[in-house]
Amino acid sequence: MTTDTFSAGAPFAMSASPTAVPAEPVKETVRTIDPAANPARLRTDDVSVFYGDKQALFDVSIDIPEKSVSAFIGPSGCGKSTFLRCINRMNDTIEGCRVSGDITLDGENLYDPRLDVVELRARIGMVFQKPNPFPKSIFENVAYGPRIHGLAGNKADLEEIVESSLKKAGLFEEVKDRLHQPGTGLSGGQQQRLCIARAIAVGPEVILMDEPCSALDPIATAVIEELIDELRENYTIIIVTHSMQQAARVSQKTAFFHLGKLIEEGPTEEIFTNPREKRTQDYITGRIG
Amino acid sequence: MADTTTSTDAAARARRETIRKGLGRRHLTEKLFRGFGIGAILIALGLVGTLFWMVISKGYPAFTQANATLEVYFDPEILSFDPAPVRGAGQSDADYRAAHLGWQRAVTMANWNRIVENAVVNAAPQGFEIGSREALALIDAGERHRLRDMFVANPNLLGQRVSVDMLASANTDNWLKGTIDRNLPDARQQLAASTRQLADMMLENGTIEFRFAWHIFTNVDSRAAPAAAGLAGAFVGSLYMMLVVIVLAVPIGVASAIYLEEFAPKNRLTDLIEVNINNLAAVPSIVFGLLGAAVFIRYFGLPLSAPIVGGLVLTLMTLPTIIIATRSSLRAVPPSLRQAALGLGASKTQMVFHHVLPITFPGILTATIIGVAQALGETAPLLLIGMNAFVAAIPATPFDQSSALPVQIYLWQGNENRNFFEARTSAAIMVLLGLMITLNAIAVILRQRLERRK
Repeated sequence: MTTDTFSAGAPFAMSASPTAVPAEPVKETVRTIDPAANPARLRTDDVSVFYGDKQALFDVSIDIPEKSVSAFIGPSGCGKSTFLRCINRMNDTIEGCRVSGDITLDGENLYDPRLDVVELRARIGMVFQKPNPFPKSIFENVAYGPRIHGLAGNKADLEEIVESSLKKAGLFEEVKDRLHQPGTGLSGGQQQRLCIARAIAVGPEVILMDEPCSALDPIATAVIEELIDELRENYTIIIVTHSMQQAARVSQKTAFFHLGKLIEEGPTEEIFTNPREKRTQDYITGRIG
Repeated sequence: MADTTTSTDAAARARRETIRKGLGRRHLTEKLFRGFGIGAILIALGLVGTLFWMVISKGYPAFTQANATLEVYFDPEILSFDPAPVRGAGQSDADYRAAHLGWQRAVTMANWNRIVENAVVNAAPQGFEIGSREALALIDAGERHRLRDMFVANPNLLGQRVSVDMLASANTDNWLKGTIDRNLPDARQQLAASTRQLADMMLENGTIEFRFAWHIFTNVDSRAAPAAAGLAGAFVGSLYMMLVVIVLAVPIGVASAIYLEEFAPKNRLTDLIEVNINNLAAVPSIVFGLLGAAVFIRYFGLPLSAPIVGGLVLTLMTLPTIIIATRSSLRAVPPSLRQAALGLGASKTQMVFHHVLPITFPGILTATIIGVAQALGETAPLLLIGMNAFVAAIPATPFDQSSALPVQIYLWQGNENRNFFEARTSAAIMVLLGLMITLNAIAVILRQRLERRK
């Protein structure tokens, strides 16, 4: 795989992908590299997604800096979740969904037919919009990933992994006395942190979060946001969110999507204070979306 | 300003008026619909209640039967054959067996009817006039064989007087229970006047008693001795068929459902398969019987009237039910659970077996039990593979000839001794219904238990 290098702030003209629907000329996408940002190991190039004949995502190219939080924002149906789901190939499970373009992690193409999707998902974990713990005990929820991947040599190892994952997810103190009670009995916020612990337990490099707080109350949201901030020390995190405030609070990099296109991306501060694109400006000031 | 307020007030009032006008009709519709619903449920309950009442009220008398306790004299004059052979020194096994067999043949040839007849006559009051055929008609025809078997087992009975419980004949039972009109003229009665009179006298003095008819559950069907006819053969036959259905239909059905729902690509071929499975569920069961006769009996040469063939036919019939019900319970699993598993890097098989199947297990179990219960009650296809043959034996293996519970009901329903077998038929229906209710209750209990555990 080739990796493109850019000079800071240089606009980068994308050529139209041959698979693109010709109805509309493809807009220039602006790609910026923040010299202060961590290097990117996860890169995407010209990613387009089709549901049957309908194109949902148009030529998205973005680099995700390592060990930081990147936020995808945009109005409903703008393709941000679709794009997120391309990164761990969850779109594979949708009938009639087709992805073109390149997504690379450490230069390795994630859509290479030789790549095992099971291994990929162990490297790129995911947290979903609605907390979805397994209908099993808290312990079993966290232990499941390490168990299927054979990460724990024995019972003690497994207990160790479960405990440290729950600690990292900031849930251990609340549940240590009821590890063997059902995970579905926890509150919404706790369930979501359990899901984060479950994702962490596998030891992923990247964690994808698809609107992780949209089903939670403000207090639980604040706890999760704090947790995300702590997690970025060790993990590359991509969060899709409806809430611009959330993006502003937790992320270092923000990408704005609209109608299936990546309109603008850059350091979060810049996007919110000094957007280059009018549509970004309109969205963050509440005029569209 | 004031103007607009009044005008909006007036508009609001008019709007409320319009809504109120429509309310009466809306409430009426609702009341009517509720009324229909309650009416439908009451009718359904009434019909089910009537069915149960009719079956039980007709069937329960069959569970008691007239038994006569008679003193049997193993008269040496009638049983005038050589004593049982004793194994001599140096006699070979085969020789002894041949000698014993010869003796048994002689025992069988003896006039056991005479023994029964004498027992009846002896029990009659002094001076009661009764012919030998009339006396014999009081007792079930099978009882002479029982006396003979008693004797073969214990030859020392010769010359002894033993008190034996004997089943009264079906006609005696009818007469005493009143299932035959007592006012019918002699010519239309099943029993002679003297037999009827004797039966009444014996019931009065306690020689004849009504006892619980355990033999309904332990005996096989019988035509020669209808009073002794039982369900055991049909019951075991049905059990074997259920076993075959469970062993074949459940794994095949559940596996196909899982494959079609979770793994199969959605294309024209799988659509076609799906449509055909749904159509198969609607195929009349008798057609499956024809298929079974053509394929399993004619082509594969499996035995006629055997539970294995019945089980195979019922498996074919039950498969669509199990597949459809299993698929719908798989479809009810929330997608978030699948995503959670896949997102962690579980393979599709792991997702299905670790997460989807455990939570659909109660649904699959219910589907299975309903399918098996449906198969258990099926009659039509069994008629076409010869299971309506009269079989007076308990099948030792699924390859032996046998009857089945619903077929036994069908056979008894058509028996010429209507007075007696009407109750017996209802009794068999009660046993079948009891089995069904038990199966369904197991399904409900297991389901609740498994769901509570989650």
